[in-house]
Amino acid sequence: MKFPRLKFALPLAAGLALSFGMADSAHAVKSGGVLNFVVGSKIPSYDGHIEGTFGMIHPIRPFYSTLIRVNPDNPASPTDFVCDLCEGDLPKGEDGFKKYVFKIRQDVKFHDGTPLTADDIVATFKKIIFPPKGIASARKAFFKMVDSVEATGKYEVTFKLKFPSGSFIPSVAMPFNFVYAKKDLDSHGYTWHKTNINGSGAFSFVQHQPGSFVEGKKYAGYHHKGKPYLDGFKAISAPKMALRLQAIRGDRAAIEFRGFPPKARDDLVKALGDKITVQESDWNCILIATPNQKRKPFDDARVRRALSLALDRWGGSKYLSKIAIVKTVGGVVFPNHPLAATKEELVKIPGFGTDVAANRKEAMRLLKEAGHPNLKIDFNNRGVDQPYKVVGTWLIDQWKQIGVEAEQHVNPSPVFYDKLRKSHDFDVSIDFNCQSVVNPIADVTKYLGSAGNNYGQYEDAKLEEIYSRLLRAGTEAEQRTIMREYEQRAIGEMAHLIPTLWWYKINPHRSYVKGWKIAPSHYLNQHLDNIWLDK
Amino acid sequence: MVTTSEARVEAAFEELAVERPLLSKVKEFARKQPLGTFGAVIVLVMVFSALFADFIAPHDPINNSYEHILESYSSTYLLGTDQFGRDILSRIIYGARTALLVGFTAAIIGSVTGLVLGVASAFFGGRFDLLFQRVMDVFMAFPLIILALAVVSIFGTGIQNVIIAITIPFIPRCARVVRSSALAIREIPYIDAARANGFSNARIILRHMVPNVMAPFLIMITAFVGQAILLEASLSYLGLGVQEPVPAWGLMLQGGAEEYAESAPWVAIWPGVAVSLAVFGFNLFGDSVRDTLDPKLRSQ
Amino acid sequence: MWQYILKRLILMIPTLVGAAILIFFLLRLIPGDVCELKMAGAGLYADQEQIDICRAELGLDRSVMVQFWEFFSGFLVFDLGKSMWTGREITYEIGLRFQLSLQVAIMATLTATLIAIPLGTISAVKQNTWIDYFVRAFSIAGIAIPSFWLGIMIILGLLITTQAWFGTPWMPPIEYVSPLEDFWGNMSQLIWPAVATGYRYSAVATRMTRSALLEVLREDYIRTARAKGLMDKLIINRHALKNSMLPVVTVIGIEFAFLMGGLVVTEQVFNLNGLGKLFVESVTSQDFSMTQALVMVVVCVFIFTNFLVDIVYAWLDPRIRYA
Repeated sequence: MKFPRLKFALPLAAGLALSFGMADSAHAVKSGGVLNFVVGSKIPSYDGHIEGTFGMIHPIRPFYSTLIRVNPDNPASPTDFVCDLCEGDLPKGEDGFKKYVFKIRQDVKFHDGTPLTADDIVATFKKIIFPPKGIASARKAFFKMVDSVEATGKYEVTFKLKFPSGSFIPSVAMPFNFVYAKKDLDSHGYTWHKTNINGSGAFSFVQHQPGSFVEGKKYAGYHHKGKPYLDGFKAISAPKMALRLQAIRGDRAAIEFRGFPPKARDDLVKALGDKITVQESDWNCILIATPNQKRKPFDDARVRRALSLALDRWGGSKYLSKIAIVKTVGGVVFPNHPLAATKEELVKIPGFGTDVAANRKEAMRLLKEAGHPNLKIDFNNRGVDQPYKVVGTWLIDQWKQIGVEAEQHVNPSPVFYDKLRKSHDFDVSIDFNCQSVVNPIADVTKYLGSAGNNYGQYEDAKLEEIYSRLLRAGTEAEQRTIMREYEQRAIGEMAHLIPTLWWYKINPHRSYVKGWKIAPSHYLNQHLDNIWLDK
Repeated sequence: MVTTSEARVEAAFEELAVERPLLSKVKEFARKQPLGTFGAVIVLVMVFSALFADFIAPHDPINNSYEHILESYSSTYLLGTDQFGRDILSRIIYGARTALLVGFTAAIIGSVTGLVLGVASAFFGGRFDLLFQRVMDVFMAFPLIILALAVVSIFGTGIQNVIIAITIPFIPRCARVVRSSALAIREIPYIDAARANGFSNARIILRHMVPNVMAPFLIMITAFVGQAILLEASLSYLGLGVQEPVPAWGLMLQGGAEEYAESAPWVAIWPGVAVSLAVFGFNLFGDSVRDTLDPKLRSQ
Repeated sequence: MWQYILKRLILMIPTLVGAAILIFFLLRLIPGDVCELKMAGAGLYADQEQIDICRAELGLDRSVMVQFWEFFSGFLVFDLGKSMWTGREITYEIGLRFQLSLQVAIMATLTATLIAIPLGTISAVKQNTWIDYFVRAFSIAGIAIPSFWLGIMIILGLLITTQAWFGTPWMPPIEYVSPLEDFWGNMSQLIWPAVATGYRYSAVATRMTRSALLEVLREDYIRTARAKGLMDKLIINRHALKNSMLPVVTVIGIEFAFLMGGLVVTEQVFNLNGLGKLFVESVTSQDFSMTQALVMVVVCVFIFTNFLVDIVYAWLDPRIRYA
């Protein structure tokens, strides 16, 4: 009797999650309770401006507000942004999309009681965009288009851009852009926020037991009135996936915000039935294989294309989605974005076609033509199970089908990065593009040989030229056409980087957790102000 | 030019190694050490499956079969399949190969190096011994797994580096024991006699000291094999050991096995049983060897 | 005696220096550094200029010898510096975890003793009977079962059995509370790893008890006692066990020292925030300053325990002092 229930429970639970948004407001929201959640990574410093890990975002983000954010009621949309510290609608670009004026809320206070004004926002963005010498800012490069940021009134901030850019608003919406108090920066210096917290978020900081947990409590003076619903939260550190899973099962934690493999979801649903709700979404991360073009024969586009043609992406999607956190076949753009390729457009790219036998035959022909029918490759992988090692094992098997033998070297993260970035000691390496806010025009720079996070070691003037046109394209239709051209060049014709599959985010959680909606990134929608517990 | 003292010494050794029919020796061992015999049987089964894996394994251990992901026990897959549709039984059988390769190589290299260093240290004594002891102290004080972690991080993963990582901590442990046994022998008059007869250092070490520390040495080796297998499994579990798709027990337990432990318990149970049994067998056998060779010798 | 103690103390110095040199240069040989990992680790866009700023801030751009001297001279005056990963004082970070590691080590040692002494005694008294074989097989199984595997099985077993019996699955808490704050909460978390580890570490102690007891049982005064017709039980309790305890205590002491830094795998499985987990975290995030400090702490504990053991032995057996 038990088994058939499992089969139906899954789609049902997923379906429930999707209809959640509408049902939510109808329910009476309950206040109170403490949300326990598990975090699979460790906290570096608290300074969002210099860190880049969800290990910091999940426990620390709820203490801060940002100027704008992804719409918490519609986080699935890659284009829906709303005000957090600003007021009213998002500013429309003025002056040919080169000037943005934000009206700032007047009812915001930091946790220490200091009222928030335009000066705090300006000081924050100056620290991010124009940091003083010797002060790091991890995402400075996202704001290349910004010319100046000034307070044009006590509650008004004006950004002036050097050129119009579709990636400006998404960049401002990044969850890392915590707004700090100017007085803290002035009196304590620019490194104070590494170990101290004073934000204006929904929760105020209670304590941090390094290595164990972070605790926050409801901030009564929060500017979104009536929120947060929770009395507090506890972010518990649990580096082992199996333990995080068990923690939810044993109700030591109600949710994990990064994502579980499909099988883990099935086990939880099987064990706990309707006590578990599952939310799923495409994930703004893609796993890539990067050939090293400074090494022969990977300077030959035919060899790279063969490696891409060997992959049965559509088939791989079917079974990898059973065992790994990857699923969707896609090109360079996040699959649910208007700029992404449709399936019809996708299958035209070499290696993305559905006829696997033909693809592989073509791959073997290309290898033979290039003079490397029995290629051996030194394959650099990262020592993390999900999804790197699982997909790595799949890749090796796929390449074996065209007679390519890959010897895998799985390295701990620091060694992996050193090989990828510095010593370039690999033939082909696992690589990935994982961003927070979906911002295709910025995200696809990954494929440019000149980009800071591209490790293929190549120069492709034609691709750079296409990108510069894309950057300046005015309408969405125009952007779309140029994007296709860019995609065909980057991953088709030249196969500079070989995309595998887009990640797939699965968040099974205790059904009593309400109000939280899955976003396409584990960095997004983590302010926790709209979560409530139905207990 | 055989002197009387040397002849006497050698005669003494020969007496120790009087040849008896092998079968009767085995019988006696089995009678006196039933546990050890049980251990030896496990070890033999393991060696057998490692040597003849190609013939006894029903499937290719690295062949992915996506239609058969995480299947339960069946006549085709006796112990079920893992998350890549690979046959668990075949991977366990081939895994014995990896385990024994790592176990024996690490144990033999580690203890032979330890033997040479320990004997040399005892023989030369003085400053060399003092310095050498301090170096060994440093390595002893480093927790075993920590040293292994560092080696793997520096040289990368892969079977030969796993062997290096496991071997290094064995050296000081063996050298210590060998040194103290050798020191005791050094004081015995016949070494003095050998020295007085003008034998070279190398000859004295090799012909007289080494044979005398053989008992503790053999005990160390058997203990190390079990430890090495366990360490390899632990390192693989931490993601620092042997890498996919090589069949290895620790690796089979890592990652997937934990996540699937409930819905596909065969993925998590059988490799664990294999590791436990193997280490159990080697330890039982090693203990009995210890009892047989040197009933007085204590732990380590 | 004082001379011996002094000599042993002086001999500790080169070991500490050697350990400091070894760990420092070992870490520098590992490719990659903490800044790269921080900036590029999540796959986000990473700017080389920003990575360089981060390196300069942590002093990683200075020459290796300068860095070594800073670490070593700091160590001499107990200034361990700041963690490169979190930017906090290392003494604070280690202090937090020390309590937990100490408690688990004590509990595991207690468990090991509670298992080892009775089992070892039975095994010696019933030497070469099936009881002896069973006890030995049981204790060797403790070494043979990988601790991580046992840990997973324990947690899963708890979840499944509690769900079957009580309807709701239960597992040990995953965050630490001090026993002073919530004694039962603390115990319900730590008893499992302590038992798992204690069982494992009881194997050697059981064996020691058995062989030490066998040796004592063969000695003359025991034979005399037996000849006098004293009950076996009495002999064992009064005479034999007491006299064979020294080596057993030594083994337990040394293992305790190992436990303080060696619970790497067990802490992972049970999500214990102890020194072992901190070690894995700092190694994998290339946090040089933290890793160095941790290794030195573990080495110190180890050397000091050895020192104590040596002193006790020398005190009991004067021949050692002059060897």
